[in-house]
Amino acid sequence: MHHVVLERWSRGTSLLHRRDARVKILSLLIFLIAVATTHRDFELPGLLYFAVLVGGMIAARLPVIGMLRRAAIVLPFSLTLAAITWISGEPRRAAMVVEKSFLSASAALLLVATTPLPQLLRGLEMLGTPRFLLMVAQFVYRYLFVIAEQAHRMRLAALCRGGRFRPKGGFRSAAGTLGVLFARSYERADRIHRSMISRGFEGHFNLLSRPSLVWADAGFLFLTAALVAVIRV
Amino acid sequence: MSPVIIARNLHYKYEDGTVALAGVDFDLFPGETVAVFGGNGSGKTTFVLHLNGLLEGQGTIEVCGLPVRGETLKQVRQKIGIVFQDPDDQLFMPSVLEDVAFGPLNLGTPPDQAVERARIALDQVGMLEHQHKAPYHLSAGEKKRVAIAGVLAMDPEVLVLDEPTTFLDPPGQRSLTVLLRGLPQSKLIVTHDVEFARSLSKRAVFFEKGRIAGDGPTDRIIEQFRWIGL
Amino acid sequence: MHIPDGFLSTPVWVALDVAVAPAAGYIVRRAQREFEERKLPLLGVMGAFVFAAQMINFPVGGATSGHLVGSALLSFTLGPAAAGVVMIAILAIQALVFQDGGILALGANVFNLAIAGVIAGYLPFHFWGAGRARKAAIFMGGVFSVLVAALMAVSELLLSGIAMPGAVLGVSFGLFTVSALLEGAITLAVFQAVETLNPNFIKQPKAGRRIGLGLIALAAVALAGVGVLFASTNPDALQRLADTLGIASKSKPFLDAPLAEYQAGFLQSAWLRKAGAGLMGIALIYGACALLGRMVGRQRSA
Repeated sequence: MHHVVLERWSRGTSLLHRRDARVKILSLLIFLIAVATTHRDFELPGLLYFAVLVGGMIAARLPVIGMLRRAAIVLPFSLTLAAITWISGEPRRAAMVVEKSFLSASAALLLVATTPLPQLLRGLEMLGTPRFLLMVAQFVYRYLFVIAEQAHRMRLAALCRGGRFRPKGGFRSAAGTLGVLFARSYERADRIHRSMISRGFEGHFNLLSRPSLVWADAGFLFLTAALVAVIRV
Repeated sequence: MSPVIIARNLHYKYEDGTVALAGVDFDLFPGETVAVFGGNGSGKTTFVLHLNGLLEGQGTIEVCGLPVRGETLKQVRQKIGIVFQDPDDQLFMPSVLEDVAFGPLNLGTPPDQAVERARIALDQVGMLEHQHKAPYHLSAGEKKRVAIAGVLAMDPEVLVLDEPTTFLDPPGQRSLTVLLRGLPQSKLIVTHDVEFARSLSKRAVFFEKGRIAGDGPTDRIIEQFRWIGL
Repeated sequence: MHIPDGFLSTPVWVALDVAVAPAAGYIVRRAQREFEERKLPLLGVMGAFVFAAQMINFPVGGATSGHLVGSALLSFTLGPAAAGVVMIAILAIQALVFQDGGILALGANVFNLAIAGVIAGYLPFHFWGAGRARKAAIFMGGVFSVLVAALMAVSELLLSGIAMPGAVLGVSFGLFTVSALLEGAITLAVFQAVETLNPNFIKQPKAGRRIGLGLIALAAVALAGVGVLFASTNPDALQRLADTLGIASKSKPFLDAPLAEYQAGFLQSAWLRKAGAGLMGIALIYGACALLGRMVGRQRSA
């Protein structure tokens, strides 16, 4: 279960874990922009970017192979598109495009694997993301697995009752399952709201304190920017 | 001492006309633990929802001397803490600590103190070491404890638990019993589980068709209503 | 349909990130006004529902199966603004946690799926969801939500110089059409199942919409979509078209004229030309969506 692992990774205590979320988010953006804007002769810079990421993973005391394997999820899609580019006569571009997508996925993963969700959300908010949006995302993530499990159980039950064997039956059975799942999700939202009110909620989410920046944070940002600039040029 | 819950002649009808409560009179005395029995649709959950103003019916209801209505609702919700059946519905914040701090923050406690109260509550239920975990990764029993901590952090005088042993295996039920026994608040426990009720409460009430059909010592109530299906 | 990083050229992803940020802000504010923080759990849980629903297989004739994308259904039950917010949240989570879709490409993906896709999916329901053509409106909503999103994605890729030979394009469009039709069917089926359980789940549009306006709106989005596609595959053809029609010489305020002049003007390099034409097209769609959004908003609050 990927998300379980990811959540465990994010609770580490390395140098990287301890950096302020804002700084890590900005570093990610700087890194991604550098990678995206490197066009000519991508071979060497690509390798160097990769080295920086791996260095980051080691500094964060995260399992490099495990991380890279997760980032490889992006490959099936990018390889397909790259294949089209290759066939159209641009093999170097095809390779570059695949490398870039993999670097981006790995970098994003490094951010998420070193930043627990609450801090990540807070960091995004302090950088200007609307709180409403972040809270919706928080709720989506929180209940994603709960509802997915419910859906899975409902499908199993339906299949046990032979829901798959009639040609049109399978489709309608799936629609019915989703209808019920929708209704149950709606009711769950009501119950969540009920328990929020019971604990004094009056329409506004209050926050815990804002984290403050330390010199190490500034140092990290500067270091990332410098490394990336060097590679870029 | 005066009762911590006083309900007089509570009536409630749902939008579609179903009568859920047909005249409920009930007192909960300080320090008591009372079990609430009753079949599905007997009105016991509807009754619970009236205790902190989630539903408003006819009749009167007072919690710790405060009428459960309008301007006093905020105070009422601090005095009476309700723990609902499915902890997943209550633990909606990304981390255990944030979730337990949710209540105190709503009461206006400054963030640092809210965190402190949350930690104390978590310690009370034995979940302090999990404070930074995401709720999804906890077991049913652990989630239940965190849910209780979330309510304890508000420093209530009355605890209401709605079917707390659902989702719990026997060991989980046993440790919940131990935990609840150690809490000083007055308690109302809605449950189907006869043994669980026996181990915690000396008094029980039996809901039937929107009324309290029986109110007395737990063993007697169990005996009296067993043939109806306790 | 989620574009990873590395595929879009710099002008394309930058332009989209820059253009989408204020749009997203607007959508969030709209949704917040309609729903307030009290209803946050509802939006979140519905988002989780869509996410989970995407994993359920809908068997279609033996070997194939499809699944719900959900943006149209969300717009019918929560309204387009909230649906947009929920889709943005889903896309962000997919990109960050599941490595599905790029980070810099979020602007593009959000535009395709959470803005253009949601509006295109919602419009039929908004105009015809209260009348006798209801089922068709819901079906078409599903179809458009996927079709428009896919069209946009392909346009962006083409604009970025990802070469796609005709055969590949043909196959892609075939696949998109099938997915779109599936989405229509699945959306309708689930919609009906939901409505049977509780009609209150649906945010019913008011009856008596002007049909003409609806057709124009849809035509605008469709035309703009085709237009962008055309522009991105063949910006020179656009120039030729403008010349042939003698538009460049006329002083009529026609949309293509500024485009043609733009190209003939101070643009030197080839990719800037291509990008310029395509970006104009995307801006057109963006404008259309914004206008439509405002129109829908005014009619709903009326």
